[in-house]
Amino acid sequence: MSNITININGQERNVDVAPDTPLLWVIRENLALTGTKFGCGIALCGACTVHLDGVPIRSCVTPVAAVGNANITTIEGIAEAGSLHPVQQAWIDDQVPQCGYCQSGQIMSAVALLRDNPNPDEATIDAAMSGNICRCGMYDRIKRGIQRVASTGVQQFDPQEMQNG
Amino acid sequence: MGKWTRRGFITAGVVGSGAMVIGVALRPGHTTPEAAKLMAGDTEAMISTWVKIDSDNHITAVIPHSEMGQGAQTALAQMLADEMDASWEQVSFVEAPAEDVYANWAAAKGFILGDTAVPKLLVGTVDGLFMQASKAMHLQITGGSASIRTTGVYGMRVAGAAARQMLMEAAAADWAVDIADITTIDGMLIHEASGKREPYATFAAAAGKEKPPLSPQLKTPDQFKIMGKNKPRHDIPSKVDGSAMFGIDASVDGMHYASVKAAPVFGAQVASVDATAARSMPGFVDVVNLDDAIAVVATGYWQAKQALAAVQIEWTATGNEDVDSENVFKAFQADMETADAAGETNSDMQVGDTASEFDGADSIISRQYKVPYLAHTCMEPMNALARFENGQCEIWTGTQNPLGCRYDVAQALELDVENVSIVQHTMGGGFGRRSKSDAAIQAARIARAVGLPVKLIWSREEDVQHDHYRPAVASNFRATLNSAGQPQAWENLYVDKHEPAEAPHIPYAIPHQKIHYVDSPTHVPFGAWRSVDHSQHGFFVESFIDELAHEARQDPYQYRRNLLADHPRHRKVLDMAAEKANWDTPLGENRGRGISLQESFGSLVAEVVEVTVIDGNVSVDRVVVAVDAGFAVSPDGLTAQMESGVVYGLTAALYGEVSIDEGRVKQTNFNDYPMLRMSESPVIETHIINSHETWGGAGEPGTPGIAPALTNAIFAASGNRIRELPVSKYDFTYEFREQRES
Repeated sequence: MSNITININGQERNVDVAPDTPLLWVIRENLALTGTKFGCGIALCGACTVHLDGVPIRSCVTPVAAVGNANITTIEGIAEAGSLHPVQQAWIDDQVPQCGYCQSGQIMSAVALLRDNPNPDEATIDAAMSGNICRCGMYDRIKRGIQRVASTGVQQFDPQEMQNG
Repeated sequence: MGKWTRRGFITAGVVGSGAMVIGVALRPGHTTPEAAKLMAGDTEAMISTWVKIDSDNHITAVIPHSEMGQGAQTALAQMLADEMDASWEQVSFVEAPAEDVYANWAAAKGFILGDTAVPKLLVGTVDGLFMQASKAMHLQITGGSASIRTTGVYGMRVAGAAARQMLMEAAAADWAVDIADITTIDGMLIHEASGKREPYATFAAAAGKEKPPLSPQLKTPDQFKIMGKNKPRHDIPSKVDGSAMFGIDASVDGMHYASVKAAPVFGAQVASVDATAARSMPGFVDVVNLDDAIAVVATGYWQAKQALAAVQIEWTATGNEDVDSENVFKAFQADMETADAAGETNSDMQVGDTASEFDGADSIISRQYKVPYLAHTCMEPMNALARFENGQCEIWTGTQNPLGCRYDVAQALELDVENVSIVQHTMGGGFGRRSKSDAAIQAARIARAVGLPVKLIWSREEDVQHDHYRPAVASNFRATLNSAGQPQAWENLYVDKHEPAEAPHIPYAIPHQKIHYVDSPTHVPFGAWRSVDHSQHGFFVESFIDELAHEARQDPYQYRRNLLADHPRHRKVLDMAAEKANWDTPLGENRGRGISLQESFGSLVAEVVEVTVIDGNVSVDRVVVAVDAGFAVSPDGLTAQMESGVVYGLTAALYGEVSIDEGRVKQTNFNDYPMLRMSESPVIETHIINSHETWGGAGEPGTPGIAPALTNAIFAASGNRIRELPVSKYDFTYEFREQRES
């Protein structure tokens, strides 16, 4: 076991875990942020997607020791001062989730996509989102939600910048 | 007339013209502990299981169905609110706890009667009987697409209408006016002449003492204000910010974690276990022998999983170590042939005289189809948190069957049911898988063994390899055509009949029909998988009718249509799908359309699929769905269920195969049990028909028709006929069109 400091959702947190523990389990068990989900354990479903310095990663295969000083953002960290991220709002407006279990990961992938490319075409959306499985099959609605955010031209706020002030 | 019992049930005797379906009614001061928790002291009066009005006029619906994303809780609340004449904003709901008083008699009725429509006159009587039956069977199941069409229609609407009437009676008595002069709107009771106007809450307690009406007046569709409208689902906001609490998110003080490995060959037991290496690993707490599985408990899930991998386990032999998928299907065919030759098949349906028809036929069209085992792979792997203290067992989990789970755990641990409680959580997918209690039982046994609260989480590999699978089935058909190409005889022999009973039956007008089956059991555990037996027979029947159309050199849509003269409702749905899909407009080269029609769970669904087959790749471009569920309480909710059902069925049709090798499941995770992804997902258009016939289900009926519509489209595009799923087994780089049988 080692004492490891990680930066998550703008906070510095200390955890005492084995360095090879996947970030997913540190987030869920040690930090009690349960919005990030376990789906497959081998980076095939995207349910565990979080941002590492703004880049979407699969936390189930990322050892906590590999994170270093990078900023981690989870689903709990993307709303700004009590107001939902535009992607979250679009997910409500388009009634996207069914069971909802994959949606934290879907939303984290979509937020990263839209920050890098505020007006993605369909092929770009497919490429960015096809690592995220939705067993309820809400792909049409996820795509619609992304397109809604893109079409409204809402200035995307960047959770990473938010944390950095 | 019924009477109030000590605990406040309306007994079966109350039944009559629907009044019984107010269901389980409670009075202020009622003593069932779990139900009492729902009432916040003296400020609230619970006038039935389904309706609670508190002092600020807020109405809470107690919903006996679990939420797994199907939106049923919101739709059920719509039905209640509309019949009550409440405003939508004043209604919220809570899920019924796992208590006997919430036994879902509606589900029991659906289960026992299959999809038989209950004549209106008998509803009361039948419901009375089935309420008793469901209590006896400990059912509180969310399944059978039953939420709207049973609990909703026979429960929520009647409860809402009855509650409104009882409130009006109480007001009429207090105001000393004629009840006929009282009107209701948005949760208010109004007497125009005197100007009296009071919220429902004013009379909630008094209404609770009224006798439930025998025939509460239901609204007609033109009176609906909330039903038929899209209302934002109550559960969605918590699913976009990570705050929704799934079973896997449950937590209690002192909680430890467990990982489990069950015997790879179903039925095997632990022969020996050596945990020496695991004991020195970080976080290790204990190893638990569950007889047919080994669990390791540790301070974290990752530590438990790592330590479990270091445990050496030997398993007993079962005699099933030689079983593989190939010999399973061989046994299916052999069992069918043997039984058929001996005249020992089980009759499912017999119309006319197929034997004479086949004997006198110049040519017989014979086809064989088969489909594999399928896993459910809910996004949320199986899990349960259990705490065992002082002889009391508490379980935190997401289950489609909370009451059944409670009984299953009690039975497995030899406890009185009163000593087991289930704290229900949101489900990360159910699809039938979460009607089983296996993970909850394991968690309870582990927690008892180690004396600690333990959250058991199955790995994805455990989930894929220890499911209760959609059964593999083989199905053989024979048919004759007359000179006009119309089918005269239809014979279908298949293995293993489960639920619903009518799944293999056809709507098409064929004068001679023989549908029969044989039992050909395997050692592979099976269970309900979204749409249950319809998932197999939908593919078989809608493939074979398509082949007959081809043999008759007729358009497959028109061919079906001509056989539906006696089924105008079916025909309308089929027409709608064909029309919206521009059926008569030809597609380009390498492209094709396929159509299917399926009645299941009280709903009619027709689907048209468009595919492109180029260079061996099948691309599913577009799916058009027409659905008649009687009435769409939530049109967007019904649409979402069609989309979901299509993708679930399409995933299975394209990729789904659980194969058996050396008695065990070969597949492990999403690498070898692949899921449809966004880039492969078609555009899906849903068109709704409100026929105002008997209301049907939504969660399952979209699934069965997609596989045959897909394979019929592949045939239209490429000339290749698929008779075995999944489609990924085939190599489309060459044409494998079979010679026409003569």
